[in-house]
Amino acid sequence: MPNPTNPAKDVLPSGDYGPATLALDVGSVPGGAPTPDGIGKPRSLWTDAWHDLRRNPMFLVSALLILFLVAVAAFPGLFTGTDPKFCDLGNSAKGAGPGHPLGFNRQGCDIYSRVIFGARASVTVGILVTTGVVIIGGLVGALAAFYGGVLDSLLSRLVDVFFAIPLLLGAIVFLQAFPFRNIWTVVAAIMLLGWPQMSRIMRGSVISVKESDFVTAARALGASDMRILTRHILPNAIAPVIVVATISLGIFIVLEATLSFLGIGLPDSTVSWGGDISDAQSSLRSAPHILLFPSVALSITVLAFMLLGDAVRDALDPKLR
Amino acid sequence: MGTYVLRRLLQMIPVFLGATFLIFYLVLGMPGDPLASMCGERGCDPATAVALRAQFHIGEPLYIQYYEYMKGIVTFDFGETFSRRPVLEVMRDAFPITIRLAVVAFVIEICIGIPLGLLAGLRRGKFFDSSILASTLLIISVPIFVVGFLMQYYLGIKLGWFRPTVSGEAPWNELLLPGIVLGTVSLAYIMRLTRTSVVENFHADYVRTATAKGLPRRRVVTVHLLRNSMIPVVTYLGADIGALMGGAIVTERIFNIKGVGGTLFQAITRGEAPTVVSFVVILVIVYLVFNLLVDLLYAVLDPRIRYA
Repeated sequence: MPNPTNPAKDVLPSGDYGPATLALDVGSVPGGAPTPDGIGKPRSLWTDAWHDLRRNPMFLVSALLILFLVAVAAFPGLFTGTDPKFCDLGNSAKGAGPGHPLGFNRQGCDIYSRVIFGARASVTVGILVTTGVVIIGGLVGALAAFYGGVLDSLLSRLVDVFFAIPLLLGAIVFLQAFPFRNIWTVVAAIMLLGWPQMSRIMRGSVISVKESDFVTAARALGASDMRILTRHILPNAIAPVIVVATISLGIFIVLEATLSFLGIGLPDSTVSWGGDISDAQSSLRSAPHILLFPSVALSITVLAFMLLGDAVRDALDPKLR
Repeated sequence: MGTYVLRRLLQMIPVFLGATFLIFYLVLGMPGDPLASMCGERGCDPATAVALRAQFHIGEPLYIQYYEYMKGIVTFDFGETFSRRPVLEVMRDAFPITIRLAVVAFVIEICIGIPLGLLAGLRRGKFFDSSILASTLLIISVPIFVVGFLMQYYLGIKLGWFRPTVSGEAPWNELLLPGIVLGTVSLAYIMRLTRTSVVENFHADYVRTATAKGLPRRRVVTVHLLRNSMIPVVTYLGADIGALMGGAIVTERIFNIKGVGGTLFQAITRGEAPTVVSFVVILVIVYLVFNLLVDLLYAVLDPRIRYA
């Protein structure tokens, strides 16, 4: 009696990832540990994937783009000498001019500089939320799958509870409960309802790996639960989580921008693409360039993470080989 | 089948209580005086303050507050807004609009997403497939509010094909453009899901059998291939209904629609607890019911699935 509630529910954004596909590779060395003889050594899932990735132009383009974005986020001063918060109303909504390649927004701030400095908010929120969600969701999912029984039922119901509330809605209600706004409240708000998806994926993946022969072997050798879970199961079960995490990073960035757009995300003092897009709304008819540039920057960032996720999935999914 | 439905309904109870309690906690249980956040900086007028304290049993433990509130909801007493209007009435105004909006988005998703996804899957690796993959990725990457602005500006204002904003009654024809905006992202996901699922099942034994039997290609594709490929798509669509109803916040804001999203967002920012909790209760029920329907649909699509 197949329980229809579980298999298909973990629908991912680009959805073609079944955790079960990974089971094909579990015969190789768990975690890609090196073997003594170099010749004919079994290639692990990870070496195989890396081998594929290096030759995938989509991966190279998106990885370079992400490296560039991270550099911009970390050192915006290297890319522009203009202060994003220096605004002169005399320049309001002006087009491009010397030293100001993208023109000015309605308050007369330099758009290029604001686009550069806005990267930090998006990239930071994306990375922090994804890390947190992978840790919390991964832990809950792995424990539920590994121990099963009552713990599994309890944790799965908990996941259901958080799943029943739409992500954006929950984040808005959460943010409204705080008297102040900063990057941490935004991160916490998105994490609060973002972890269940990771948990479901991790759970499915661990369940499919748990029954492998090498787990039985490790158990027979007297390995502790902790060691089996961390050294044998997790390295072989984490692949789908990584794929979804990469794609979700893009979605979390959009979510942050949406919250800032609604005026309850990052405070106005933080330069962010979402906030700038929201401000540009009123001058869409007279000066569309104000809306254009932050939107393009945001879209390219999200696209880069989506492409990376797609490339990683293709590399990790043996079915496509 | 009957037992299965019963078991699922029983499982819904803790999830329902948990999800509504979570929202209840976020709205009323966070540290600090809930009245302060409810009434904003000006503070409540004394009459409202007394009414709110009585309605939410403020000062008593949270679980008692929750119990009392739920007791009211069971008898369809959803409380009152700050302007002393019954929340039930507010819901009666807002839900039909958002349901219409969601229906428009939903129909667009199904009627465009599934056929295009199917075509892309059948032409795997060809130009059509690649362009569908590329364009859907692009659509997913552009935030919905940018899509909304652009469509509102170009289709609504410049070309004048649609009304750029929606009037109070929100008739079907005015909801067409917002419906397209609301459905775009899901549309892209549906195309990708359908395409992937069709590609996966293309070489399945039952497809080969159907072809070998000499069935016409049209029948093989629609009855055998597509039907079996629908499970992930239906799962997504089921979850999407809840998201369309509650997630229309952005779309409703852009097009100035007074539906669930608009009303709810306004209520959240004002801290109008009765409205927020009541709306979320309904949204959670919608989500749970459609989840169950989707699970029951699996057996219709794939007779191998049995419920026990």
